[in-house]
Amino acid sequence: MEGGFGSDFAGSGGGKLDPGVIMEQVKVQIAVANAQELLQRMTDKCFRKCIGKPGGSLDNSEQKCIAMCMDRYMDAWNTVSRAYNSRLQRERANM
Amino acid sequence: MDSSSLSSAPGLGTVDPQLQHFIEVETQKQRFQQLVHQMTELCWEKCMDKPGPKLDSRAEACFVNCVERFIDTSQFILNRLEQTQKSKPVFSESLSD
Repeated sequence: MEGGFGSDFAGSGGGKLDPGVIMEQVKVQIAVANAQELLQRMTDKCFRKCIGKPGGSLDNSEQKCIAMCMDRYMDAWNTVSRAYNSRLQRERANM
Repeated sequence: MDSSSLSSAPGLGTVDPQLQHFIEVETQKQRFQQLVHQMTELCWEKCMDKPGPKLDSRAEACFVNCVERFIDTSQFILNRLEQTQKSKPVFSESLSD
């Protein structure tokens, strides 16, 4: 098996990249990107729902609304994910 | 050099089949994730009024329907485009018409 110089980080030793390490790094980057995407959309939606005319600070009701909104957005995301997955499986079963 | 390690891209030489498979799987997963992001955003507009202490059953049903109808819409568009393309091409294949 090639690339056996060191498995601590890719590219160590003789210049051969360990595929296993690359794959793990890529998975982490993908997970981070997805979390950022989720946060960005959640912030957008909850700002729209909870903030009326922007005041000098976030008052208590706005903060409570944002907190609830975050949880509901996660619920929605999970519901959509499940529904989409079911649909995909149904499509595959029909092929 | 065995044939199973040849990549689909010519001139690239041999690509680790493990990496190749990984790329395919992760790409597929990302397509799924992206659509979930997109549909959640769209369906939120259609299904949520005021965020409450929990997702009530009506809103939940709305989200499920929304996903199904979105996919139906996507398929409808593809099918109809395929049909209309046969008689009246929307996207012309040559630069000179």
